[in-house]
Amino acid sequence: MKIVTCIKQTFDTEAKITIENGKVSDQGVNLIVNPYDEFAVEESIRLKEKNGGEVVVVSVGNDKTQEALRYCLAMGADRAVLIQDPALENGDNHSAAVALAKLLADMEYDLIFCGKEAVDDGAAQVPSRLAEKLDLPQANVITSFELGDGQATVTREIDGGTETLEVQLPAVFSAQKGLNEVRYPSLPGIMKAKRKELKVVSLADLGLSAEDVAPKAELVQAELPPPRKAGRVLKGEVEEVVAELVKLLQEEAKVI
Amino acid sequence: MSIVVFAEQRGGTLRKITYEVVSEGKRLAAAAGDSLKVLLAGSDVAGLAEELKKFGADEIAVANDAALADYTTDAYAAVLAAYIQQENPGLVLLGHSAIGKDLAPRVAARLDAGLVSDCIDVKFADGDYAFVHPIYAGKAIATYKVNSAVKMATLRPNVFPVEENAGAGSVVDFSTEIPAPRTKVLEVKQQGGDRPELTEADIICSGGRGLGNPDGFQLIEQLADILGAAVGSSRAAVDAGWRDHQFQVGQTGKVVSPNLYIACGISGAIQHLAGMGSSKCIIGINKDPEANIFNVADYGIEGDLYKVVPALIEKLKEVKG
Amino acid sequence: MDFSLTADEKMIQEMVRGFAQQELKPQAATLDAEHKMNLDNLARMAELGLMGMNIPEAYGGAEVGVVPYSLAMTEVGRACAATAVTMSVTNMVGEVICAFGTEEQKQKYVTRLCSGEYAAGAFGLTESLAGSDPGSMRTQAVREGDYYRLNGSKLFITSAEYAGVTVVWAVTDRQAPKSRRISAFLVEQDTPGFKVGKAEEKMGQRGSATNELVLEDCLVPAANLLGQEGDGLKIALMALDGGRIGIGSMAVGIGYEALDFARDYAKERVQFNQPIASFQAIQWMLADSYTEMESAQLLVLRAAYLKQQKTRFSREASMAKLLATEGANRACYRAIQILGGNGYIAEYPVERLYRDVRVTTIYEGTSEIQRLVIARHILNA
Ligand SMILES: Cc1cc2nc3c(=O)[nH]c(=O)nc-3n(C[C@H](O)[C@H](O)[C@H](O)COP(=O)(O)OP(=O)(O)OC[C@H]3O[C@@H](n4cnc5c(N)ncnc54)[C@H](O)[C@@H]3O)c2cc1C
Ligand SMILES: Cc1cc2nc3c(=O)[nH]c(=O)nc-3n(C[C@H](O)[C@H](O)[C@H](O)COP(=O)(O)OP(=O)(O)OC[C@H]3O[C@@H](n4cnc5c(N)ncnc54)[C@H](O)[C@@H]3O)c2cc1C
Repeated sequence: MKIVTCIKQTFDTEAKITIENGKVSDQGVNLIVNPYDEFAVEESIRLKEKNGGEVVVVSVGNDKTQEALRYCLAMGADRAVLIQDPALENGDNHSAAVALAKLLADMEYDLIFCGKEAVDDGAAQVPSRLAEKLDLPQANVITSFELGDGQATVTREIDGGTETLEVQLPAVFSAQKGLNEVRYPSLPGIMKAKRKELKVVSLADLGLSAEDVAPKAELVQAELPPPRKAGRVLKGEVEEVVAELVKLLQEEAKVI
Repeated sequence: MSIVVFAEQRGGTLRKITYEVVSEGKRLAAAAGDSLKVLLAGSDVAGLAEELKKFGADEIAVANDAALADYTTDAYAAVLAAYIQQENPGLVLLGHSAIGKDLAPRVAARLDAGLVSDCIDVKFADGDYAFVHPIYAGKAIATYKVNSAVKMATLRPNVFPVEENAGAGSVVDFSTEIPAPRTKVLEVKQQGGDRPELTEADIICSGGRGLGNPDGFQLIEQLADILGAAVGSSRAAVDAGWRDHQFQVGQTGKVVSPNLYIACGISGAIQHLAGMGSSKCIIGINKDPEANIFNVADYGIEGDLYKVVPALIEKLKEVKG
Repeated sequence: MDFSLTADEKMIQEMVRGFAQQELKPQAATLDAEHKMNLDNLARMAELGLMGMNIPEAYGGAEVGVVPYSLAMTEVGRACAATAVTMSVTNMVGEVICAFGTEEQKQKYVTRLCSGEYAAGAFGLTESLAGSDPGSMRTQAVREGDYYRLNGSKLFITSAEYAGVTVVWAVTDRQAPKSRRISAFLVEQDTPGFKVGKAEEKMGQRGSATNELVLEDCLVPAANLLGQEGDGLKIALMALDGGRIGIGSMAVGIGYEALDFARDYAKERVQFNQPIASFQAIQWMLADSYTEMESAQLLVLRAAYLKQQKTRFSREASMAKLLATEGANRACYRAIQILGGNGYIAEYPVERLYRDVRVTTIYEGTSEIQRLVIARHILNA
């Protein structure tokens, strides 16, 4: 069983966000493996432990991303491939999916796992884009996975409930919290990870040009959300006050 | 040029997000001077076109096919992609719902289109769209431009107001070859009363000593049910034995930061604030005008919670349909 | 000079931080209140490799080095001091058997300590009449054929009630000079005559067991003598040199935890219409204590680095333990002062941290003994 698991390195979820020149600054920010991707890695490793085979973790990133990949190797993945290229630095989800798809096109796999979304841009695009580029079926936001013969049965979250799907393999799956309990890498695992292969490939190695991965969506600017406005106490008849509140929640606060 | 909106339905009823997306589509079409086209896909859904007419679409294309009875990525992507290819729109909008999240990136990849997910605003100026999308769990707000011929976006639910509008509303059939899906829906389960986990919930309704008795939490639960919210409590309510400690919010309870925190009969002690002060929007309902909760609440309602909360429940029922 | 951690060190630190924060910290108050160790935690820590961090792979250890060990102890100390001291003693016992044990002893005991088959290891040195001066101990070991017969008692033995193996020191030659009077033995939990007494009621670190041990005609196989007869004091002192790095690292963790809590509190607590963090008196307490804890951590890491390089580190370990444990006590004291009345209330964690940190200036060599060691090094240089 050959499993490819796509991961992204993201800011620690507790990181304080600061903006520099219209962009989110990564100065002094602790970087982690995107939490949803950890569920993907965990599931891949469990499947390998049960069925034998190999788990390859892949990522699009920079020098620092090697740490995230090493972390996955320490958890128990077998080898890692990092796609790194200056042309990908300002890439979008399209860029990442194109690069990953090209890499995977030359690899053997039975299953591809991703996280359901990255906690940084929260876009949830790469798994589906990757599935499309590889012409594979997809099952997103899964909370259970059961391997069958040439297919898998998964539960995935839908609005207000869940759906059980039978998916022909190979396919792309994106993991949601609840799929499994993620392990901590053990110290022996961390030591072994040092000796595992971590290959870095460029776009040229993949036979891609900068143009192939040029972003389709470009960041114009990022800014901090407006600071908290002074609170307001609504007064009057109960019905009126409540109606006003609901309106404010919908239109001003936009929380319901 | 046109704007295409994907109308989401499940089990033969249009979803609320559809009205929101169509309404926003209409606003943008008016701003850009484009026509608005809505694609409605499903099995036995022709009747829903009538309903959609109220929102100002110039054309409603109905893809009615037994193969579209269940939502499957393969079948729906084929239909939406073919429709976009036929119409060649400048902008395609979907809801950022479970279906939209699954479908939009799939189709975007097929068309090599740029897609901005989970938008809370879309602006049209100087002949181009700007897409506004919260990043880092709302800790920053990013604005994107899309440079592909077809631009795509998914819109965050509950953000865009629903507006009825006049429009030609001509209904046309749309059909395309639908491939055999490689996924099969075995079962769909709609969730019952399961509440989200406190620390993960988008909305939390909390009760405190002001409830006066343990039964008061039934009221808080009703409110929570309507909002799909979790139920929290102050320590006073926990100490009184009205609620288990696992629901305590505060310094020595859970630290939460939902989008919306509704504090009912909670004074707003510093230890309580330590647990929920980073909530995006805070509502305080308290009969004491001096209550500290009003110093942190975005919106406060001064009054008896036993009058305010039932009224609020009624109002929410109304707007939530 | 390079103050940055290597990629491995960072990964180990992060892994242990994640584990300690998620799994151990939520239990710390309960373990304290119930005076009970959670043995499942110890088993999980063994699985992660935390119970034999400096032990060669051949004996089931992770062999990651002393600097990572120090970083890990600090993280566990931050989350739960009772669990940290248990981990520290277990690592120390494994290491001392590795350093002085026969191949059979290592295969039998060290592997079990590392794998978690033994919940913990224990270190039986102190007696009621011999604390800072272990050479004056009374427990006796008399050779009888293939066995030693042990009689006597030990006091304040961490983890004794669930330790699979306890290193027990006893006098083998009353006539010998003090440095050669005592020997060390590896005693298994179920050895006849090896009786674990009651767990002491303690001020802090209540989750860890601190037991009396009674040895009544306890027959220990001669093969379980650690090192040679008369090596006991040397073995104990060497073990304690390393142990001090563990305790110092743990104290740094407790100190940081208290300070971080006090810092956050000071920013929120308002008196005289301003956060108390705006008062210089509060600022200075924080500034002094953070400075002290950071310098202590540098000393601890230096000692760890030297040990890792297999060079002498006794002087540095004593300095590190002295500054870290005294500084952490001051940090916890100040944290309570910053919290005011709340600091004294058990519902706030600094109350427990203050109790937990207190013993760090006492065990594995009191601060006075550390000064003695340091002074001896300085004056004999
Ligand atoms: C060490 C320590 C740790 C603590 N940790 C926590 C913690 O983690 N979480 C926590 O919540 N607290 C904590 N506290 C307790 C905290 O100080 C407060 O005592 C507690 O939050 C008060 O809870 P409350 O707001 O429900 O009750 P109260 O302070 O009694 O407030 C009740 C409020 O209800 C209002 N009210 C009454 N009747 C009505 C009505 N019919 N309609 C509308 N309003 C009404 C009143 O005006 C009042 O403002 C801690 C305290 C200490 C000392
Ligand atoms: C919670 C806990 C866990 C422990 N765990 C273990 C364990 O696992 N294994 C183990 O063997 N022991 C353990 N101990 C014992 C601990 O190591 C001793 O308590 C410590 O070494 C001090 O010995 P003592 O208590 O006999 O004090 P004493 O030696 O009587 O010291 C009393 C005071 O005199 C001072 N003093 C003594 N000699 C000198 C001197 N020469 N110059 C200046 N001052 C001096 C000391 O510094 C101290 O202030 C533990 C103790 C506690 C409280």
